Amino acid sequence: MKKLFNKVGERLNRVSSMKLTLLAVLSALIVGAFIIIVSDVDKLKNGDIVGAFSTVGSAYWALVVGSFGSLRAISNTINSSTPLILCGVSVAIAFKAGLFNIGATGQMLAGGMASLWVGFAMNGPGIIQVPLAVLAGAIGGAAFGAIPGILKARTGAHEVITTIMLNNMMAFFILWMLKTDLFQREDRTDPISKLVTAQGRLPRLFGFLDGRSDLVAHAGFFVALGAVAAYWWFLKKSTTGFEFRAYGLNADAATYAGMHVKRLTVLAMVFAGAVAGMAGAAEVLGTYGYASANFAGNIGFDAIAIALLGQSSPLGTLFAAILFGALQAGGRQMQANSDVPIDLIVVLRALIVMFIAAPLLVKSIWRTKSATISAGQTFRGWGS
Amino acid sequence: MKLELRGITKRFPGVVANDNVNLTLNTGEVLSLIGENGAGKSTLMSVLYGMYKPDEGDILLDGSPKVFTSPADAIAAGIGMVHQHFMLVPVFTVAENVVLGVEPTGALGKLHIDEARRMVREISDKYSLDLDPDAVIEDLPVGVQQRVEIVKVLLRDAKVVVFDEPTAVLTPSEIIEFFEIVKTLVSAGRGVVFITHKLKEALNIADRIAVLRRGKVVGEVDPKTATESQIAEMMVGRPVQLIVNKNSASAGDVVLKVTDLTVLDADGRKHVENVSFEVRAGEIVGVAGVQGNGQTELVEALTGLRKATGGTITLDGKDLTHSNPRERHQMGMAHIPEDRQRQGLVGGLSVAENLVLTRYHDDQFSHGVVVDWDAANAIADTLISEYDIRTPSKETGVGTLSGGNQQKVIVARELSRDLRLTIAAQPTRGVDVGSIEYIHSRIVKERDAGTAVLIVSTELEEVMALSDRLLVMYRGRVVAELDPKKSTPMEVGLYMAGSRPDSAVNA
Repeated sequence: MKKLFNKVGERLNRVSSMKLTLLAVLSALIVGAFIIIVSDVDKLKNGDIVGAFSTVGSAYWALVVGSFGSLRAISNTINSSTPLILCGVSVAIAFKAGLFNIGATGQMLAGGMASLWVGFAMNGPGIIQVPLAVLAGAIGGAAFGAIPGILKARTGAHEVITTIMLNNMMAFFILWMLKTDLFQREDRTDPISKLVTAQGRLPRLFGFLDGRSDLVAHAGFFVALGAVAAYWWFLKKSTTGFEFRAYGLNADAATYAGMHVKRLTVLAMVFAGAVAGMAGAAEVLGTYGYASANFAGNIGFDAIAIALLGQSSPLGTLFAAILFGALQAGGRQMQANSDVPIDLIVVLRALIVMFIAAPLLVKSIWRTKSATISAGQTFRGWGS
Repeated sequence: MKLELRGITKRFPGVVANDNVNLTLNTGEVLSLIGENGAGKSTLMSVLYGMYKPDEGDILLDGSPKVFTSPADAIAAGIGMVHQHFMLVPVFTVAENVVLGVEPTGALGKLHIDEARRMVREISDKYSLDLDPDAVIEDLPVGVQQRVEIVKVLLRDAKVVVFDEPTAVLTPSEIIEFFEIVKTLVSAGRGVVFITHKLKEALNIADRIAVLRRGKVVGEVDPKTATESQIAEMMVGRPVQLIVNKNSASAGDVVLKVTDLTVLDADGRKHVENVSFEVRAGEIVGVAGVQGNGQTELVEALTGLRKATGGTITLDGKDLTHSNPRERHQMGMAHIPEDRQRQGLVGGLSVAENLVLTRYHDDQFSHGVVVDWDAANAIADTLISEYDIRTPSKETGVGTLSGGNQQKVIVARELSRDLRLTIAAQPTRGVDVGSIEYIHSRIVKERDAGTAVLIVSTELEEVMALSDRLLVMYRGRVVAELDPKKSTPMEVGLYMAGSRPDSAVNA
């Protein structure tokens, strides 16, 4: 085994940070395999080592098949990835400006509710209503994202604290909203919203295939791809993107250079909120067609891991989000096909993040020499 | 004890940092290791201190070869190092910092803090370091913090003490105190290695000077007979102009007019008090003063980084007291900041990006909300060759360049446009001799082109050489206006120390 490690490592001498990321994923899969083997107590007890290894094989194979092995699997992966891409971009934008946006969940909820209202209250042609509803989602998220931005710019309140608190406030605010006559579904007593009108839904990607109601992927995926493209353009080409990068890397130098750093702080949170808000819109208008109290789930937090994994770059974040989406989609298949519970996905994700956070560990495992880790902090510390 | 480095060679990918270096040091003497940034001084000392393993060569102590695999080995062998950036815990006391790692402990690991205090006091008295064992580090001035580092080294019984650019962070009076300490160390039979790129200091304190260039010892000189220009030439490899070459100024209209400027900080402390002066087109006005007498705050108020609490600032007659940095920049004000890494550059961005850091929004480099990177890259190519910035490429991260080249990036960016006023704070701090010469000539050229120039520097020699008129700041006030050609450094030094406050002149 060690020989194999060394051999792989030699080939990967002078790995780039992208290869390092891939090695981190690979390391996580190997440790995951170990966990599958030791948790398969029955087979181990019978001395059935081969059987235990075959469990690993069938579990990982199920992951692949369940995420990319069929049209349905691909559709599931796309569906899971869509909000992850958007929230990942949200966290990544804030990282670029040196801010830690833990509030993607709250911004997603705010955006989702705004788009929901346009989605059920308006009765226009879809071609107008859907873009309007997505826009409403962006505006809702942006407005909610602006709050921690303004608090930081005006008072210096740290965005980590304020966004966490605002997440909770929004979660309970939504519980209340869903009980009001405006939002609550007429025949229900639990907090569940009215349905988005049929033409207000984001169209399903495979809607043209008759009788395949199991293909749930929707056009929100294009919104997400558009957001990635816009993020790329913003960073590479726009003056404000340049200001974000300078500000994120060295706030003092940005101030010296005449950049309006308070405005940048607010703007970064507004942009982050807008993209997270669109994730809420995609879930409400695409996946569910209504809102429940917890439609944001854990997405806003997974997004932090995704932005870290993708090193906040547009393409990196996109691929990281698709990886996480594929793990989620494949995990269900894995649970069904083998006895490995879907919780392993959580373990795998945690391992990936851990290996990303510990590049020296990965380097020593794979014997790579001069891997270049992208330097520079992701966000400023508490003191600044 | 005799320390010998024999044939030390250390290679890094693409560079030979040390190339067959031979050095000897006896206890009771000061060896100065001098060379430009990147000449290999720090690498050599890291080899000696066990942080790098040499590819070839030996370290010998009293003739017997030693292998250091970690700083712990070097310390055990009697080698101590005082780094340029101190390794102290800011919230600990002097005694706590000094014993960190070698704590005197009793039963169950209880720290004998009294014993630690006693040890600090003993060493402090022996070498007249004047340290209070109970003072908290973060309350102490830099010069005193450095003495704490020295006590740390002495407590670990170092026979050889290596100082890495020790004077870079010190004020002129602290430098004098530091030299006294070095003399005490030497007379107590310790050996001192003094790494620097300041010629005067090496000549002042060293018994022998070894000059390093591109990883090689290019020669050893005797400070009793050597001259500054001789050593500078050895360091750079060509004759260097050490004296600023300039004609007398032909001052024109008033460009910058400062009237009764007062600057308070958030706690209400006065940093600048009722300061008034003018800078005319085509002249260089210098501001001399010991670090911490309000120069930093003055510059920040002039450039818009800090609010002026009272008074007015005008540029070409226009009031800009309340303008932001960008507005001042657009009125033709250039600012070379005193701390290039904290303020002047974004280390994580490329050379090209840093060259447009203050100008990316100009019409020349942007169309609407889009940066014209073609235009930015084109100007980067021009500036890199015009200002002789040594960089592998314009895409290289500016943080990887040497100090002198980083400073050239700032100078290139700030001076390469039409200017009315240039404000340069510590323009050559931590910059090598070759680059200093270049930066000085650029500033003089800017003056000759009719720009008003304000130079703020704690290096007395530098302000006296560059300025056409000299202001001296002491405790936030301008206490003197002098003609640098008619004043002696001693005279200016007296004003800097505040000893003749009654004869204050306000311009």
